[in-house]
Amino acid sequence: MEKVIQVNDVKAWYGSLQTLKGISLEIFKNRVTAIIGPSGCGKSTFIRCLNRMHEVVPGAKVEGKILINKTDIYSSQVDPVEIRRKIGMVFQKPNPFPTMTIYNNVASGLKLNGVKNKRVLDESVEKSLRRAALWDEVKDRLNHSGMSLSGGQQQRLCIARALAVEPDILLMDEPASALDPISTLRIEELVQELKEQYTIVIVTHNMQQAARISDYTAFLLNGELIEYDITENIFTKPTDKRTEDYITGRFG
Amino acid sequence: MLDKDIKKKAINPKDKSNAQNIPLDKIFKALTFTASLGVILLLGFIIFKLFMESALSVEKFGFKFITSMEWDPVKGEFGAGAYIFGTIVSSLIAILIATPVSVGIALYLTEIAPPWLSTPVGFLVELLAAIPSVIYGLWGIFVFVPFIRQYIQKPIGDLFGWIPLFSGPPLGIGMLSAGLILAIMIIPIITAISRDIISSVPTLQREGAMALGATRWEVIKYAILPFAKSGILGGIILGMGRALGETMAVTMVIGNRPEIKASLFAPAHSMAAVIANEFTEATDDIYLSALIEVGLLLFLVTFIMNGLARFFIWSVARGPKGGIRQ
Amino acid sequence: MSEIQNQYAKRYKPRKIINYLMLTIMLLSTLLALIPLFSILTHIGISGIKALDLQFITNLPAPVGEPGGGMGNALVGTLVLVSLAALMGIPVGVLTAIYLSEYQQTGLFPSTVRFVADSLLGIPSIVVGIFVYLIIVLPMKSFSALAGGVALGIMLIPIVIRGTEGMLKMVPDSLREAALALGMRKWRVIVSIVLPTAIKGIITTIMLGIARVAGETAPLLLTAFGNHFWSTKLDQPIGALPLQIFTYAISPFDEWHNQAWAGSLLLILVVLFLSIIARLATRGNKLN
Repeated sequence: MEKVIQVNDVKAWYGSLQTLKGISLEIFKNRVTAIIGPSGCGKSTFIRCLNRMHEVVPGAKVEGKILINKTDIYSSQVDPVEIRRKIGMVFQKPNPFPTMTIYNNVASGLKLNGVKNKRVLDESVEKSLRRAALWDEVKDRLNHSGMSLSGGQQQRLCIARALAVEPDILLMDEPASALDPISTLRIEELVQELKEQYTIVIVTHNMQQAARISDYTAFLLNGELIEYDITENIFTKPTDKRTEDYITGRFG
Repeated sequence: MLDKDIKKKAINPKDKSNAQNIPLDKIFKALTFTASLGVILLLGFIIFKLFMESALSVEKFGFKFITSMEWDPVKGEFGAGAYIFGTIVSSLIAILIATPVSVGIALYLTEIAPPWLSTPVGFLVELLAAIPSVIYGLWGIFVFVPFIRQYIQKPIGDLFGWIPLFSGPPLGIGMLSAGLILAIMIIPIITAISRDIISSVPTLQREGAMALGATRWEVIKYAILPFAKSGILGGIILGMGRALGETMAVTMVIGNRPEIKASLFAPAHSMAAVIANEFTEATDDIYLSALIEVGLLLFLVTFIMNGLARFFIWSVARGPKGGIRQ
Repeated sequence: MSEIQNQYAKRYKPRKIINYLMLTIMLLSTLLALIPLFSILTHIGISGIKALDLQFITNLPAPVGEPGGGMGNALVGTLVLVSLAALMGIPVGVLTAIYLSEYQQTGLFPSTVRFVADSLLGIPSIVVGIFVYLIIVLPMKSFSALAGGVALGIMLIPIVIRGTEGMLKMVPDSLREAALALGMRKWRVIVSIVLPTAIKGIITTIMLGIARVAGETAPLLLTAFGNHFWSTKLDQPIGALPLQIFTYAISPFDEWHNQAWAGSLLLILVVLFLSIIARLATRGNKLN
């Protein structure tokens, strides 16, 4: 199977607080990889290292090597902005741009990167919204504000926005944690559909969710990778006692 | 698939704009940094200029400048004692009156008035700060000063005229009127800061006192005021700074007479007023330099006061823990 | 009833009286502060409306005894001065605020900038007048509109910095992150996402700041100086409403006193007008 992301002994800090203590793993193409673990275990930090978003927080620091499609994204010749363009990201809380319409929200990545051709933009907006399973709900009001949508729709709008720049990889940082159960279900279905075309890394604190949607699961604890395996193995026959404790504790 | 087509089209212009973007990022940051640096340099330049241009007067008169009462442009002798006195006394009057009133308003608005009342009333009090000071002066000359003369100075003079503080004819114009107008002008400042500080008192503090069966006033006295004390002090100092530097309203009602009198009813003068009145007429260097030194003193005092005020307000806003332990 | 409960009941009445007394004092201090406000506003309204007509807005000041004098030149002067101040204060203030909020929030340099901005805010306006007199009026050997505009601009800068910084800080970080994650350059994020999101608040702050400097008099005495004739030349002395009000207020003529009231009404209207623009700008944006 093709490896898309190779993470090599990555360490990360917020100021003097070390949140990742040497993580190494490989992420495979067109698979959903879930990162699970208790709050504060470093799972959000980890995913933010993958598109160099960790370093935008003042005082944050990263060490180690991450290869994406064989390119070392932390090499000094690499522009972090380029990396972020190639990787889509969806955040915990839906964050559509409040001053923009639905259309412009989706087109924002392309527009602000210099795409001006109206036809290209129109096609891209429609396609991205279709992929995010939002097109039918918003096609008649593309000129309304993105804020006029419900929370679940806003999150799918953010997914469409991330897809519009045509990334290969989609990072999702607890994308359903602020949503109601029905919206959550829609996001989960969407993840399943999207993996046909994208490599998805998803952080979740909800283990059932990880079990339902992911192919691989990584369990993080206190900034260390405890176990990384096929999802089924993690949930049925974990090799590490701590994984088992965490999983059984949560499943009750 | 169609994907690839779009991607090609999308990527090319991307890369083009990219080449321009790297320096743009740096230019934009440099621009904002330059503006910030410019602001610091501006203050530095103000301080430098004031020291430079007052050097002549500082050298010639030294410390005597502050204590001497002689201000004689013809002889070239300058001492700002009378102006300093007027500025300090009028500001003290203002603080003495404005402090209890402002704290009272702040407490009323935050602790007692229902929201439907406290919002508009709070807005009205803030409106006092929006009125230009020259309008305070105009109102002072034609409305306030006659009122003070008739209804404050006359009766007090009749009863207590034997006390030096209230002696002399009721002119209206003078130290008392200046102080009172300043009080009105700084009430919105002290009120605004006191309101902020008082509403930042943790609910737990209030409820703790209420649960003990305290009346509203007792809650204020034992739970709120001790907590808000130093923040309110910061507000008072800020108000004092504003009063010291106020020019127009004071110069219009203080009487502009450089004398030190025991009576609050007597005309006086102030530092800001003498600059406003004489600056454009000061022809020779030493005269101008003396006026600039008055400005420098005014600047230094307000500069220090602002620093102090910030410290006190910040200590409350920052350290609720200290407040809880008292 | 226990002894303690007894004591409690006995002391309750005086405590209640003191409570009502203090609450009444607070209410009275609030009313006391509102009296001057209403007095000022009613006097400006009543005395001002008598002399305020179209002529007053369009005409030049007339000598005592001649009818039809106005403050047209002073109104224009105030607009010129305020525009100059805005031209100087808004860019410097907004850029500085962007630096403080978007590039470096903590550390020695930003704390120094904030401290300096607060200090500038507290400088007596007459001292700003002295400074501008020294750096512009003396070298140019003339009082001028330019000097007046710079003086008001210096006073506007700290207001814009502190207000704008506050508004920018209210923009949630999640929006900045969303934009960065889309691969936008930082300046793009600021210009296309952060500023538009905060623009309503920023405009309001700027308008209120301009309204405040529009009423300043003291620094103008030493810089713009005043002018009884039409002038929009930047290197010449220029009139301003507050200056004209001051000159008329301290004159011995009743007629001029009336004009001072009318000028005050006009000044208050200008200040109100700016606040209304601020509100409208805010509302217009909402509809979008």
